Formats: sequence, structure tokens, C-alpha cells
Amino acid sequence: MSRLRAFAHFWWNFVVGDDWRVAAGIAVGLLLTWVAEQAGVDVWWFLPIEVAVVLGASLWRATRSVPDA
Amino acid sequence: MSALFLFAASFLACAVEMVEALTIVLGVGIVRGWRAPLIGVAAATSVLALLVAALGPALQSIPIDALRFVVGALLLAFGLQWLRKAILRASGYKALHDEEEAFVEERERAAGAAADTRAGLDWYGFTVAFKGVLLEGLEVVFIVLAFGSAQGRIGLAVLGAAAALAVVVAAGVIARGPLARVPENAIKFGVGLLLTSFGCFWAAEGAGVDWPGEEIALLGVIAFFAVVSLGLVRALRHQRTKTLVLARPAT
Repeated sequence: MSRLRAFAHFWWNFVVGDDWRVAAGIAVGLLLTWVAEQAGVDVWWFLPIEVAVVLGASLWRATRSVPDA
Repeated sequence: MSALFLFAASFLACAVEMVEALTIVLGVGIVRGWRAPLIGVAAATSVLALLVAALGPALQSIPIDALRFVVGALLLAFGLQWLRKAILRASGYKALHDEEEAFVEERERAAGAAADTRAGLDWYGFTVAFKGVLLEGLEVVFIVLAFGSAQGRIGLAVLGAAAALAVVVAAGVIARGPLARVPENAIKFGVGLLLTSFGCFWAAEGAGVDWPGEEIALLGVIAFFAVVSLGLVRALRHQRTKTLVLARPAT
């Protein structure tokens, strides 16, 4: 069981990493893009902007209370 | 154009990961002898090559739109991790990776580990080299498979990784020490930028987006994320300086 957990933990870290909210943000962005495209709305510009916002928010959370390297 | 980026991403990602693996192997080999670590390196490289050989053709049989959606989403998540860490390092919020320091630590650990011979090998030397190369190499395998399969050019991605491996090994043999002068963070920044941009481009395409100008739009996506990332580095540096000044006790 602990090996299974370690295996799952390894893959979680590999794909998701330090901030699960980044992966969640990507999933939401892709879902909204897909829904808009299915509805016939051209939203090529949406995902890059959404990803940039997700990245900025993640960095802001990570640096709020950590001034030093 | 995208073939050039594919080769560059694969080459740079492999180079930076193999620099870290080289530090581990050198640290162990110098202290405990070369036979077991080199067998460990050969075993790990074989496992990585087998993974590419087994998964590469399987991935290429998946319909391209579905493949680009899944691979793009994974590359985006993976690339943002690299980019996020590189931005934190560049802005001073995270310590830079120091190959000299890692080398000294690895050497000390190797010197302190007990002698344990299994299958005629120094087991410590074998396992540390095997794990080091395998773990660093898994990220390279992921990048090679993701980039190669989404563009239908796994061979070119493998070529980029193999060229990087050859360059790093040759540099390691010449330098006989860790490659501390390789600008690792700058390379990781670049790779993170490419992974994020390609991931965004392919995932959006898989979700139904028609990019204006088709493949040319990729240059725009790379430029956009480059500007955003450099802007974030600048903003975080400014924020850190301000926080440090405010935290400094008045004299």
C-alpha cells in the first residue's frame, strides 16, 4: 500500500507539482475554451491570457510571506 | 519552424537534466570507483530508451486532435511548473541550483555510505547512479514523447535529446567535474517557456481553437509568455526588494 501511495505521489508531483491550483486553472481554462468553441465563439486569445493569470496568481501566493531565497 | 523548436526544447531539457545527473554520477564515481556507477548509468539509460521505444509508436496511433489536447494539457501543466520555479529563482525567492554544492554533498554521502556488495557490484554506487539518471531522465522522456508525438516527429525529439546527452558527457569527461558554469536557470526558463507555449497552443487546438495564421501563431504565443514571464520576474524582484527594505531594522 505504501508503495502504491509513493507511486501515486511521484506522478502527482511530476504532473501537478507544488501548486494544484495551477493544474485546476488549466483544466477550467480548457473546459471554457471547449464550451465556447462548441458554441461557435472564436476564443483563441482566451487560454494564453487565462494561463498567464493562473501563473501570476500562483506566484503571488508563493511569495506573499517568503522574502528570502 | 516548429521542428527547430522541437529540437531545441528536447536538446535543452535533456542537457539541463543530464547536467544534474552528471553531478550525481561524478560525486559517486570519484569516491567509490567507476564500474558500478557506469553500469547504473547504462541500466537507467536502457530503461529510458525502452520507455520511448514502447510508448512512442503507441502514442502515434492515437488520433492527432485527441493526442494534442491531452499532450498539450500535460505539457502546459508540466511547463508551468518549470516556468514558475525559474521565475521564483530569477526573482530571488528560490535559491539557484548550485552544481558545485550538490557535487560536494554527493561526494560526502558517497564517502559515508557503508560498503555493500551485491551481484559483484558496489550497490550504493550502482543504485545512486541508476536512480539519479532514471529520475532526471524521466522528465526528458516525457518531453521527448509529448513533443515528438504531438508533431509526429519522435525521431527528431530523440535526436535532440541524444545530441544533448553526447554534449554533456563529453563536457563532463573534459572538465572532470560538475558543469557548474552551465546557466541552468536560464535554460530551465527557456525550456519552461517552450513547454508552456507549445502546451497552450496544442491544448487550445485540441479544444477546437483555430489559431489565426495557424503555426505562425505559435511565435506570438511564445512571445506573449516571454513578455509575461519577464514582467513577473521584474515585479517579483521589485516586491522582494521592497519587503526586505521594510523588514530591515531602523538604525
